[in-house]
Amino acid sequence: MQTKISRRSFLKGGALAACSLAASNVPAAAGAEKGKQLATLIDISKCIGCEACVEACAEENAEKFPDPKKPFPKMYPKRVPVADWSDKQDVTDRLTPYNWLFIQYATVEKNGKQLELSMPRRCMHCINPPCVKLCPWGAARQLENGISKIDSSICLGGSKCKAVCPWKIPERQTGVGIYLDLLPSLAGNGVMYKCDRCYNRIADGEIPACIEACPEDVQTIGPRDEIIKQAHTLAKETNGYIYGENENGGTNTIYVSPVPFEDLNKSIEKGKGKPHFNKVKDVMSDANNLGMAVLIAPFAGAAAAAGKFYKFSNSKQGDGSDE
Amino acid sequence: MNKNSALIIHKPYFKYLYGVTVFFLILTGFGQMPIFKRYYIADIPGLGWLAEFFITHYMHYLFAVIFIFITAYFLTEYILRIQKAVKITISGYLRIAIITGLIATGTLLVIRNFSGYRFPPGFIIIMDLSHFGLVMAFLFSGFICFVLKKKWLKNRLK
Repeated sequence: MQTKISRRSFLKGGALAACSLAASNVPAAAGAEKGKQLATLIDISKCIGCEACVEACAEENAEKFPDPKKPFPKMYPKRVPVADWSDKQDVTDRLTPYNWLFIQYATVEKNGKQLELSMPRRCMHCINPPCVKLCPWGAARQLENGISKIDSSICLGGSKCKAVCPWKIPERQTGVGIYLDLLPSLAGNGVMYKCDRCYNRIADGEIPACIEACPEDVQTIGPRDEIIKQAHTLAKETNGYIYGENENGGTNTIYVSPVPFEDLNKSIEKGKGKPHFNKVKDVMSDANNLGMAVLIAPFAGAAAAAGKFYKFSNSKQGDGSDE
Repeated sequence: MNKNSALIIHKPYFKYLYGVTVFFLILTGFGQMPIFKRYYIADIPGLGWLAEFFITHYMHYLFAVIFIFITAYFLTEYILRIQKAVKITISGYLRIAIITGLIATGTLLVIRNFSGYRFPPGFIIIMDLSHFGLVMAFLFSGFICFVLKKKWLKNRLK
């Protein structure tokens, strides 16, 4: 059964066929198979930088965007930064609480020729997302289909998710969220926002808005193992390069580029709200290796004490002494 | 009783090991919340690492390993060797119950952090809040027991 869906195939055959596809294939692509994570393949060579995906994202997610109350509560101490994007909602050249997807541009050289490339950037939706796993209150969560999302109703805006994200994706808006009802001056600072890969559309059997709106079929969505196979086939056919398969232990966003990602990374504008294409080690792995020791520790402690008791009992029997 | 057979709680280093372990567990535990940078604690020379989440996370695990090991060691020794002579006091049972809760919720959060493990969101929130609430109860009960000089164990003959 074909489960990978792109915009062209989604629309192919007219509305009836599309509806039929939506009713049959998309739920499978959306992770109807339990435990299977969904991934997207982004073919950078196809992207023309038209920003149709950016517009579709903003339109689709407008209801999820923050509506902050002003003036903001005075926060202590004074060093606590106010992050206010409410007057800059039309910014589209970086990630903001109102712009969860943007187009990054690169000029690179391939075979002696200048190549202009563009690519959509957003949350990578890691297989083991540190933003979800290290959120101190459980406000960030990972859905069964691999989507990581932040629950804006309980996020306190502490920005830890951004600090631990290898790509620094989540963005904060002050003056919104549950912290206003708790200790607004002393704890919390708003809500963190990022791409939730249109989880609600996927739950309804639709594909994410950015994928549907793309006129060039840059993105494809499907079960991760199939997307990985497709990425390798594409990379082999085009002598391309893959990013996202192993970064941070593996992500659910797989880029295929006609040039090495080191070259892309040198060319793109990086900084606040503009993620890199660096190689990323699994940031959770060191602690998780120690986590195995946490699980073994009670048995090791009990065994050590029991071993000592056994040795002590034997020696007591041997010399006939009492404790 | 020869020196090597002494109970772990009678070892001269035990109270220091326990104290240092609990201190760093609580310190790095609070470090999981973004408060040390906000409230200038991480600005104190030598404490900058408290604002590094991966360092405090790793250290929390490291001290959890030591803490769980010595807790299991003590309980096993109690069951095998000394429960006929001494018994755990009511305040001791209370603190053991709190520690058991801390270890249980902490262990579940460790498992949650492994790749491929995913618990329901509501359950994670309960675990996070329980772990936090239990450490506050541990601190409060420890303080009360210290002030009232309540011991963990007492002799059964008394």
